[in-house]
Amino acid sequence: MPVLCSSCAEKRAVLKRPKTAHSLCKECFFWAFEEEVHQTIVSAQLFKHGETVGIGASGGKDSTVLAHVMKVLNERYNYGLKLLLLSVDEGITGYRDDSLETVKRNQQQYELPLKIVSYEELYGWTMDAIVKQVGLKNNCTFCGVFRRQALDRGAMMLKVDKICTGHNADDVAETVLMNVLRGDIARLRRCTAISTASEGEGVVPRCKPLKYAYEKEIVLYAYFKKLDYFSTECIYSPNAYRGHARTFLKDLEAVRPSAIMDVIHSGENLSVREGVKMPVQGTCGRCGYISSQALCKSCVLLEGLNRGLPRLGIGKHHRLHEKILSQQPLTQVEERKLKAVNF
Amino acid sequence: MCQVDEEYNGQLEHRVTPRVSKKCVKCKENTAVLIIRAGDAFCRGCFKEYFIHKFRAMLGKNRVIFPGEKVLLAVSGGPASSSMLSQVQEGLSRDAPKKLRFHPGIIYIDEGGASGQSMEERERAVAQLESVFRDTNYHYHIVHLEQVLSLPSSVLEAGSSATEKPQTGSSYKAAVDQFIQTKKNQHPDLSVENTQSHLSSLSMQEVQNGVTSPITPEHTQALQRLFASVRTLTAKEDLLHTLRQHLILHTARTQGYTKVMMGDSCSRLAIKLLSNISLGRGASLATDTGFSDPRYGDVVIVRPMRDYSSKEIAYYNRMFDIPSVFIPGLDTKAQDKASIQHLTESFVTKLQTDFPSTVSTIYRTSEKLHTACPPQNTNTQPSAKCLLCLCALDTKLEEFSAYQATLISEQLSQRRGPGTAAAPGLPPASSAGQGQCYSSGGGQRQGCITGEGGCCSSAKTAPVHRGIDSTRRRKRSTGMLAHVDSNASHSCLDVLWVVD
Repeated sequence: MPVLCSSCAEKRAVLKRPKTAHSLCKECFFWAFEEEVHQTIVSAQLFKHGETVGIGASGGKDSTVLAHVMKVLNERYNYGLKLLLLSVDEGITGYRDDSLETVKRNQQQYELPLKIVSYEELYGWTMDAIVKQVGLKNNCTFCGVFRRQALDRGAMMLKVDKICTGHNADDVAETVLMNVLRGDIARLRRCTAISTASEGEGVVPRCKPLKYAYEKEIVLYAYFKKLDYFSTECIYSPNAYRGHARTFLKDLEAVRPSAIMDVIHSGENLSVREGVKMPVQGTCGRCGYISSQALCKSCVLLEGLNRGLPRLGIGKHHRLHEKILSQQPLTQVEERKLKAVNF
Repeated sequence: MCQVDEEYNGQLEHRVTPRVSKKCVKCKENTAVLIIRAGDAFCRGCFKEYFIHKFRAMLGKNRVIFPGEKVLLAVSGGPASSSMLSQVQEGLSRDAPKKLRFHPGIIYIDEGGASGQSMEERERAVAQLESVFRDTNYHYHIVHLEQVLSLPSSVLEAGSSATEKPQTGSSYKAAVDQFIQTKKNQHPDLSVENTQSHLSSLSMQEVQNGVTSPITPEHTQALQRLFASVRTLTAKEDLLHTLRQHLILHTARTQGYTKVMMGDSCSRLAIKLLSNISLGRGASLATDTGFSDPRYGDVVIVRPMRDYSSKEIAYYNRMFDIPSVFIPGLDTKAQDKASIQHLTESFVTKLQTDFPSTVSTIYRTSEKLHTACPPQNTNTQPSAKCLLCLCALDTKLEEFSAYQATLISEQLSQRRGPGTAAAPGLPPASSAGQGQCYSSGGGQRQGCITGEGGCCSSAKTAPVHRGIDSTRRRKRSTGMLAHVDSNASHSCLDVLWVVD
């Protein structure tokens, strides 16, 4: 006896929705998925009419689906937004160069303008060169910090008002779990926000329209709509700490599918005691970017790479920031500590 | 660098590994017998001192136990609570330098009915524990879980605290004075009761619940039917936890205890924190894992063992022969992915081996969370509480939140009603089938979810047993029950616990 779609009850169901375990036919699933993103955008008031929005596109499933859905909703509900694609080239051979080809194809398919910024031109270092110096364990820190700044710089070059990224519910839940495991109370408070604060120059506010969409549903959507995306993971990711949080979250989802939304719900309702020390937002002494220390993280990391001291940005070295700012040479003990690399 | 007779001795650094043959780091005289944490090697005497000191320091730092108070120790028979029992004995014994001054009682809850043990196994375990309790010469209560079926609904209400909450700035001494004053006014002959309660063991057994209401097989079957109606192991463990809390609370209230000590260790609390986040209980993390848990008002739950890792407790119990009884629970010998709590436990334990600071980092995070509880009877409007766990409700439907997103998903995946899709979160109240109804009472908007068919105002029994996950229903029906007035709450409770 064929199972009917639980929404329209006319067509046969072709998939079971991971989020709510309802059986839906293709059209109803598309409609439900797009409607949910629409409700998220409308109720969180993410965009204003007439804004220019840059979509962070990596060629992977999240950003492809995001670009597609944004285009569809922009036309269907008349957001009046000007959309364009923004991509970052980290210089990882075998991964990023392939995914950039996908982004270029997306540009033609969705007819959106595209801008690519690369680490090489912004910082003078590619990720492969960084990994050769830093090793396999802490390289994700470098990539993430550099990418954030790269996106902002690219956005400023294109003069966009907002950036939107394809972070999905699984990403946000993993971040909550990871911040609890690492004891990062400051980030724990901020990580469930759907859009970042928008004060300060050189900072473009960014938002996550797919925040409540499960990763599995995004894959299903991309598969059934036959969207073109690149599906290999980064070659350096197996050693990342986030992998532990991800495995745990996947197991949780297997036990109880609503666990992902429950984790996000818990993260949104956390309240921090008064009197806990929180970082204060200021500006970097060297490049003027926003920072909570004297030097922003990417300046510190870059300084470490350029001087051949790869561990300069890893761990706490606040006292050395003034020294670096004033170009003083570091003592021998400090140098030795910062050079040590564990593979 | 690669020459044949190159000498490296001076340049290579020697990696220092802690070894047990080293000296104790504290007294530096005796040989160390164990290593705690990363590299602290202790000798036997220093370890005992360190262990005892931590317990006293924990109680002394957070001064919530007043001298002369009656404190109930919740002992499950496991290593952590047995260790807590021995620490309390140690602290109250006459030869301790600064004696702890309170009156302890012990409670043990026999959960064999829920975990499917036979009567003989349960009686054996109880007998073993009774011999341990008798050695302590404290008042003890053995309570069977079946008693939870006959609890009054007062366990679902927070009592007002016996003492006024002291103002910030007033000293501990003032609070103690106040407490003694109130005690004297309420029970003028308390001192007589206290001396009597420390007499021979025969007088202690008069309040043992096993004598006053014997457990019949029908009770056990009713309890088993209750647990069988809950389909997932996660929900069963959650239910067991809630019932256990209610039983302890009820015993504390009827026997006049104002504080309850639970034996949760640091590792156990880290696991509890992570699994509560996964269950969606982020709003009440601080009360669930903090040192003191004031949600019940008149009875305060404290967790003095929260600084001890399970490794330290295991070492101490072995070295100093602390008796503990192993009693199988709901998730013994279950698979890794059987329930969220069990999965979290295996995850944290595995992560701890690779990253030894995991448990202590999670513990530090829990310390930084909000622990203030809104005052019970002030003139500000008290926030609504969940009926079952008595924590503040987090089901307020804000502009956008994960909660609202879930509701919208539910709505969109099901049969679309006549007409176009409704505005976010506010379908017309008259729509048939599922819908949300907003209570208009109390000036507070709380969403209430009905499940498939039936609105809460008609108090049907049907919604509870159909539909999706049982705890999701329970979490939602929590929102549903909490806004119903107290007259109806009892019937809603019956709805929740319908056994057929």
